[in-house]
Amino acid sequence: MTTVDLPRGSILGTRVQRLEDPEFLTSGAVYTDDVVDERLTGAVWVTFVRASVAHATIASIDASAALAADGCVGVITADDLADVPAQAPMMPIFPAGMAQPLLATGRVRYVGEPVAAVLTDDRYLGEDIAELVEIDYAPLPVVVDPIDSAEDETLLFPELGTNVVCSRPAEVDGDIFAGCPVVVTGTILNQRVAVAPLEVRAAAAAWGADDRLTAWVPNQGAQGTQASLAGMLGLPVSQVRIITPAVGGAFGAKVGADPEAAVVGWIARRIGRPARWVETRSENMVAMTHGRAQVQTVTVGGDRDGRVRAYRLHVLQDSGAYPRYGAMLPTLTLLMAPGVYDIDRLELSYTSVATNTTPVGAYRGAGRPEATAAIERAMDMFAAEIGLDPAVVRRRNLLPPFTEPITSKGGAAYDSGDYAMALDTVLAAADYDALRREQALRRERGDIIQLGIGVSVYVEITGGGGEAGASKENATVQVHADGTATILTGTSPHGQGHSTVWAMLASEELGIPMDKITVRWGDTDLVPEGGGTGGSRSLQQGGAAVRQAARELVDVARARAADRLEVSPDDLEVDHANAGLTVRGVPGTGVTFAELAADEPLLVRSVFRAPGATYPFGAHVAVAEVDVETGRAELTRLIALDDAGVVVNPLIAEGQRHGGLAQGAAQALLEEIRFDEDGNPITTTFADYPIVSATEVPSFELVTTETPTTYNPLGAKGIGEAGSIGSTPAVQNAVIDAVAHLGVRHIDMPTSSMRVWSAIRAASEGTEH
Amino acid sequence: MRLSTTVNGSTRTDDVEPRLLLAHYLRDVCGLKGTNIGCDTTSCGACTVHVDGESVKSCTVLAVQTDGSDVTTVEGLAATRPGPDGMHPVQAAFRAEHGLQCGFCTPGMVMATAGLLAENPKPTEREVREALEGNLCRCTGYHNIVRAALAAAESMAASE
Repeated sequence: MTTVDLPRGSILGTRVQRLEDPEFLTSGAVYTDDVVDERLTGAVWVTFVRASVAHATIASIDASAALAADGCVGVITADDLADVPAQAPMMPIFPAGMAQPLLATGRVRYVGEPVAAVLTDDRYLGEDIAELVEIDYAPLPVVVDPIDSAEDETLLFPELGTNVVCSRPAEVDGDIFAGCPVVVTGTILNQRVAVAPLEVRAAAAAWGADDRLTAWVPNQGAQGTQASLAGMLGLPVSQVRIITPAVGGAFGAKVGADPEAAVVGWIARRIGRPARWVETRSENMVAMTHGRAQVQTVTVGGDRDGRVRAYRLHVLQDSGAYPRYGAMLPTLTLLMAPGVYDIDRLELSYTSVATNTTPVGAYRGAGRPEATAAIERAMDMFAAEIGLDPAVVRRRNLLPPFTEPITSKGGAAYDSGDYAMALDTVLAAADYDALRREQALRRERGDIIQLGIGVSVYVEITGGGGEAGASKENATVQVHADGTATILTGTSPHGQGHSTVWAMLASEELGIPMDKITVRWGDTDLVPEGGGTGGSRSLQQGGAAVRQAARELVDVARARAADRLEVSPDDLEVDHANAGLTVRGVPGTGVTFAELAADEPLLVRSVFRAPGATYPFGAHVAVAEVDVETGRAELTRLIALDDAGVVVNPLIAEGQRHGGLAQGAAQALLEEIRFDEDGNPITTTFADYPIVSATEVPSFELVTTETPTTYNPLGAKGIGEAGSIGSTPAVQNAVIDAVAHLGVRHIDMPTSSMRVWSAIRAASEGTEH
Repeated sequence: MRLSTTVNGSTRTDDVEPRLLLAHYLRDVCGLKGTNIGCDTTSCGACTVHVDGESVKSCTVLAVQTDGSDVTTVEGLAATRPGPDGMHPVQAAFRAEHGLQCGFCTPGMVMATAGLLAENPKPTEREVREALEGNLCRCTGYHNIVRAALAAAESMAASE
C-alpha cells in the first residue's frame, strides 16, 4: 500500500485545457473511416448481409445474382471460412457451443447476425449488391423475453438442452426475512439500451509482406483487440498488429473485437487485397452489443423504524443470442448488491439466458448501475411501505465512514468511503427540505404538474480489471535530445483526455512543457502490453504508471548527471524551469534531460501495480416535474455529488460526470431497445430510438468531495462511469415520487408518458399495473 | 454530372454521380474528412456543414444540389473569423469549456453552433438547447456544449 502524495500548488488539480482539442476542432480527428494509408490503397469494400429473421435455419444462400453484378468482387459465406477454427466462448464458464461464428453457420439466432459478406470495388455498390444475395430461411420458434427463455421450451442451441449460459444459486440457510415486521417485494426491469457511440463500428485490414495482418479497428485497448482478433482467426497474436485510430466513443462496447472485424481481416488475407468496412447506424443498432437487459426480483425486509435487515436480489440476465460480456454482468451486480448499506442478511443469485436478440455487452457501468438501481428502488419501496422519508431511511442504514479497507457483505473490499457525508452534503446542496415543502404545496393544491424528488446513494467498483487481468498498467516515458518527450501507455483514450492528463503528470515531474509531450497508444508494435481503457481504470493505474515511470527516469538521469558533473547523485535535484537536474540550491549549474538524452537514449518503462480495485461513491438528487394528466415527466434538476478521490484535472473529471449523468437520466426517462414478439427490432435508427438530446436534460449541478484512496499515489479512483450509476435510480425515483401520493409504488424504466400515465390510472383504479 | 462549388473558399469543379451525398463528396472527393457521418436518418447532425451560410446536414443533401453554392466545413470555419489561436471563437469556446470528448460529433456541433450564433447572436440556454436538439452527443451530456455556445456568443459580442 502506498500513501497519497500529490503536491498542491502544482499544475495537478488544475483545469488544464485539452492538448488534443485544436486538431479535433479544426480538422477533425482521424477515425477509422478517415484513415488514409498506403497499405490500404485499392481496398475492397465489405458490406455484410444480415439475418432478417430472429431464429431460423438457413436453407440456402444464392449469391449468383450478386456475383453477376457489375463491381462485385466476391461473396463470402460460412462455407468459405473452413480454415477458421470453431469459435471459443468469450469466457471459459460459457458453454462452448454458444460462441457466435464469424458468419452464421446453418442457423441464425438474431436479426442483424452477419450471414454473408459482399465485396465490391465501390462503397455505394456494396449496399446495392448486398440486396441481391438471396437467403432462404426456414423459420424456427422465437424466444425474445428472458423470462420465457428460462423455461427452456424454445432452445437456441438444442444440442445443449438449455438456454442457460451461466448461473449462481443463492447460498443461504433458512428464511432471511424471518423476524422482519415489514417485507416488500417487487420486480424491476433494467431495460435493454443501445450503447450508441456516435462513431459506428468499422475496420480496415491489410495482409502485409511480413506475413502479418495489420488491422485498424476502433477499440478500447489494442492488446485486447489483438488477442480477440487473433483468437477468432486462429492466428498467433504475433501475426496480428492492431493500430488504433481516433475512437468516436465506446462506452464498453468497443472492448475486444467483433466477428465482423475478423471477417474483414480474413478477407484481406484470402484475396490478397486490403479490405475496409464501416457499418451503417441501422446495422449498429442491431449488431453492436446492447447494454443492461436485466429483470431483477428484489425483496427487502426490516423494521418499522426504517432499519433494513435483509435483502434478496435475483437477477435474470438477458445475454442475447450469443453470450458476450453481458452474460457476466450479474457477477458485478451481485458483488455490489448491498451498495452503501449495512444489511445483516443477503440472498443473492443470478441466471443468464440466451434469447433471440442482439448480444448484450458492457455499457457504462456494466453491472454496477444495475446493482445500484435495484437497491435504490428497494429502499424507496421500503420507505413508502413504512411511510418514512426515503432520505431518512437511507441515512439510517448507511455503513459508517471508513479509511481502511472493509469487506462488504456482498464480498467487495471497499477501500475508503464516507457515505453519510455524501448524502448529507448533496441533500443540503439540493435544499432537500425546501423541495419537500414545495412538493407538499403542489400536492395540497392538486396541481397538474407535480414535483418528484429522487435520491440515490451509491458505491461502485473501478479499476477491477487491468493489464492481463491484474490491477496493473505500464507506461514508458522517453525524453529526446530535442527536449521533447514521448509517453507510451497501455491505456487507450476515446474521449477521456489521456493525452492531456498523462502530459500533466510527466510535466510535473520533469519540467518539460506539456505541449512538448506526445502521448501514444493503441499500436501493438509500439505498446505490446496494456489493459486498455474500461472499468474506469485509466488514471488510477495508467496515470499512476506514467508518474512512476517519470520519477524512475529522473533517477536514471540523476545517476548519469552525477557522473557527468562529478557530483554526488544526492546533491542533484530536478530543475523544473530548465527540464533537467541541477546542483541543489544552485539553479542553472546542471544538465538538462535533453542533453543527457543526446548522449544515450533516456527512457524508462515502468509497471504500476495496484493492491486492488477502488470504490468511488456519491449521492445524487433528481428533481422531476410530472404532468399527472398526460404522464409526461421532465427532469428539471440533477444534483450530483461524486467522490472519486483526488482529482487531477477538474475540467475533464467534470466532463466525465456530465456524460454519465446524461446517460443515466436517458435510461431512466427515455431510452429502450425494443423487439416485437417475433424478435424483429423496432428501434433500429436514431429516429426510432429516443437517444437523449440537449433539450431533454438540464444543466447539471455538481458537488465535489475528494476522499483519497491509498491504493495509488495519486489518491485517485475512477470517474468514468459514476455519473450513470447514481443518476439512473435518482431520476427514476424522482418520477415515481412525483406520483407516489396517487398510490403509485413503482414504474419501470424508461418512465415514458405512457408508463407513467398507466401507473397513475392503475393506482386510481386500485389495480396492479 | 458536373458540379461547381466553392468549398472553404476554393472554387472547384468535379464530375460526380447524381446520387452522391454532399457528405461523401466532401469526404471522398474533396478529402475533407473532418465532416463525420453518424446515422442514416438525419438525426445526429455529425455531418453538419454550412451551405451559403446556413447549417445543413450534409448526409441528406445531394452534392449536385450545392452547384453554385458556397460550402464551409469545420476545416474552413476558422478562416471565416480567425481568433488569436487560429481558431474560430466557437472552436476556441468548445476547447475552453471542454465541450468535446471523443470528438466525433464535434465538427457538426461546432458548425451548428456557429450557424445558430449567426442567426441569434445572444441566445438563452433554452434557445441553445433547442437549436442543438438535432445534434447528438453521447459523451458530454450536452452540459459543456451549452456552456461553450453561450461563451462563444459572449466572446463574439465582445469582439464585434
